[in-house]
Amino acid sequence: MNTPHPFSLPRRRFVQGLALGAAGLGLSLSPRQLLATQGHTGAPVISGDTFHLTLGGADVNITGKPRQATTINGIVPGPTLRWREGDTVTIKVTNLLPETSSIHWHGLLLPFQMDGVPGLSFDGIKPGETFTYQFPIVQSGTYWYHSHSGFQEQTGLYGSIIIDPKTPDPQPFDREQVIMLSDWSDEDPKHIYATLKKVSHYYNFNERTVFDTLRDFREKGVLKTLKDRHMWNTMRMSDRDLADVTGYTYTYLMNGQSPNGNWTCQFNPGERIKLRFINASAMTFFDIRIPGLDMTVVAMDGQPVKPVDFHEVRLGVAETLDVIVAPKDDRAYTLFAQSIDRSGFARGTLTPDPAYTAEVPAMDEPPLLGHTEMGMGSMDHGTMNHDMGDMDHSTMDHDMSSMDHNAMSHEGMQHNGMAVPFAMDPANPDLAPRDSATEHLPSEFGPGVDMRAMAPGEMLADPGIGLRDRDWKVLTYADMETAGGPPDSLHPDREIVLHLTGNMSRYMWSFNGIPFADAQPLELYHNERVRITLVNDTMMTHPIHLHGLWSDLELGDGKLLRKHTITVKPGEKLSYLVRADALGRWAYHCHLLYHMDAGMFREVRVIAKDGSQSMPAMDHHQHGEGA
Amino acid sequence: MMNMIKKVLPAIALTLSTQTALAMSEHPMWVGQVILDQLEIRDADEGRVMAWELDAWYGGDLNKLYFASEGERLMAPEEDEEDPATEGAETRLAWSRALSPNWDWQLGVRRDWQPDDPNRDWGSIGLQGLAPYWFEVNTHLFVGEDGLSNLRLEAEYELMFTQKLVLVPSLEANLYGKEDDELGVGKGLADIEAGLRLRYEIRREIAPYIGVNWEKQYGDTADFTRNAGGKTEEGSVVAGIRLWF
Repeated sequence: MNTPHPFSLPRRRFVQGLALGAAGLGLSLSPRQLLATQGHTGAPVISGDTFHLTLGGADVNITGKPRQATTINGIVPGPTLRWREGDTVTIKVTNLLPETSSIHWHGLLLPFQMDGVPGLSFDGIKPGETFTYQFPIVQSGTYWYHSHSGFQEQTGLYGSIIIDPKTPDPQPFDREQVIMLSDWSDEDPKHIYATLKKVSHYYNFNERTVFDTLRDFREKGVLKTLKDRHMWNTMRMSDRDLADVTGYTYTYLMNGQSPNGNWTCQFNPGERIKLRFINASAMTFFDIRIPGLDMTVVAMDGQPVKPVDFHEVRLGVAETLDVIVAPKDDRAYTLFAQSIDRSGFARGTLTPDPAYTAEVPAMDEPPLLGHTEMGMGSMDHGTMNHDMGDMDHSTMDHDMSSMDHNAMSHEGMQHNGMAVPFAMDPANPDLAPRDSATEHLPSEFGPGVDMRAMAPGEMLADPGIGLRDRDWKVLTYADMETAGGPPDSLHPDREIVLHLTGNMSRYMWSFNGIPFADAQPLELYHNERVRITLVNDTMMTHPIHLHGLWSDLELGDGKLLRKHTITVKPGEKLSYLVRADALGRWAYHCHLLYHMDAGMFREVRVIAKDGSQSMPAMDHHQHGEGA
Repeated sequence: MMNMIKKVLPAIALTLSTQTALAMSEHPMWVGQVILDQLEIRDADEGRVMAWELDAWYGGDLNKLYFASEGERLMAPEEDEEDPATEGAETRLAWSRALSPNWDWQLGVRRDWQPDDPNRDWGSIGLQGLAPYWFEVNTHLFVGEDGLSNLRLEAEYELMFTQKLVLVPSLEANLYGKEDDELGVGKGLADIEAGLRLRYEIRREIAPYIGVNWEKQYGDTADFTRNAGGKTEEGSVVAGIRLWF
């Protein structure tokens, strides 16, 4: 049994200590004293093969006001779990919260009963109960774990996982550091969710004003402005709608520290440092850069990739990214992670000496959504604009879908020349016949769907909104490739098409216009290779996570990028291959917490093809008799 | 209507009591909102008048129970012999059902509470939503006793000067299908009310405002009022607060 409580401080004091950065500045501690007080490792690391995690509540003080957080072993983020590939780990999780809880091991391959999704894997961990997770570790890399119950993830139930590989790391390093990014709110997440349902733009304080339009008149001309506005106004969409929940309520954290807390990592110049970035946010996409320092990506979502040098990356919610940096100079560097809507940032410092600080860059101006996000494809915007202005938007998506057949259908993808049949199931409205991936099903027309991309395009090489005009290298999916070549076949047996749909003002989110409450499980046959094609018909970016099975993103030219969470930009169409090699009931959802809760969620069932073998049952015998 | 309420209320209670901790929406969360869109003092000819407009709803994404109330109360009469009194109030209860991405239709009942005249009940069917160019539109057809009908059209726009300073022009028109002496309304267009309110959102939920309100009666309705010695047109300066939670 391995260190259930590896620290001696009383729980309450320790948690407050996490905010010491902010408080400490007030007490005018020197940076060196601060570093000595709080340590520079972030969460404590516990390693071995047997663990005991306790889920509880404690007061934290992130913003100056004490607030109740949900904690793992008394802290936020929870302890870093260090595992070894090839081991079988046992984790006893005791729930001291007054409500049902759970821990999901994000990105891990394991028996589905161990996956930690209440209602699919097990019944959840009731208050006072202990659940014992036990599974073999068959992979290595950077992952994370979090609650899959209610909104507990927003209030602090998350931590990082490092799995050391059996074979030596091909990218050696002298020092390593987890950089866990998250978003904290003093508000009760239930209140945030209810607020979004009442006034979906509540947290957006970058809305268009009269003066913005007057400025457009001056700069773009009245006619052009009116034409441009016409499109947005008839669709009743906002070009300022980049994030549902913003810095208005969020404080962005780096390893649990607010920007004032300035989480700091010490290094010796000349060292190769591995930074393991994890986006543990509920709702926030982060644009990460370290001014003055080149980064080299070596793994994404725990899986090694062929190294690529870059300067900035947009990390989607739930994604992880391992990079190597090799600072040579005796100076400090700022780890800067601004939110996609530029309403706030997380920040920390890499420094050889705690007395050094580096400049914190200013946030960018918030970008505006454009034709690309509208799903008008990457056509010439000037001419596009004219055609669109006069057309009726509700009929347009039909006209465009015919293009898809010829021009847009998986261009550049590695195919064996034969068409991949669309999965069809008359009993499942998700799997109604489609002629093309961009054809819309009847379910995609209704109160819950406020737009449909007219010409969704391939955007893997697009850095995304706000990052397109950088004069430095922004890492995209198209830059990466799983190390060692495709990890599995390039040839799917069947194709499943899902459209990401929603109604921003009603705050409804779904796949194919069907929320989880009305949906049926998607059935995959054991060991089949399935292509999932996603078409984003919304103006938001969605990180889509399939539990228990790898998502091998199709990059074209026979390249795959193995991932557990795939970010789909507005107006984007992409596809990935899934080997359904694990029987059971798996969650499949948008990892934006409030989108998931609103219904952008499916159960994926992997079943034996002949139906003779029944599904493995949920295991009810793992529950202990209380803490 | 009562039957519907009887069905809906236990469902609400059940939903509240069975909220589970599942990380997904097998039981979608029901939400409610109370919006006191206008609570204001009007500086009218007959004295100081308090006016209110309240909306409230509770329910899911597609189906909501909807309640609305509006009215006026004379607070400080110009003439001493008059007492402070509620001049008229209206409440509406409806089932609101999502029709399309931006529109809901509503089926319900309305009651007019009148201090001097008997209360009046109406059945109502309405369409409520966001028109292109972001106009908030409410249209309701009320069908009352003795074949009386009232068509009400309302539109509102929010013009943002800053993220907190918002100018709201609004327009309301009432038309009647036939004359009614008791109500004092004639056939056709009866009245138009226009408003212009400038509000400052201290936070989204709390916004004091100032503005002007103008009402005018038309046709036979105006004649009824003139014959009774009343005024058919009135403009007033208003000050109030908008609240929601």
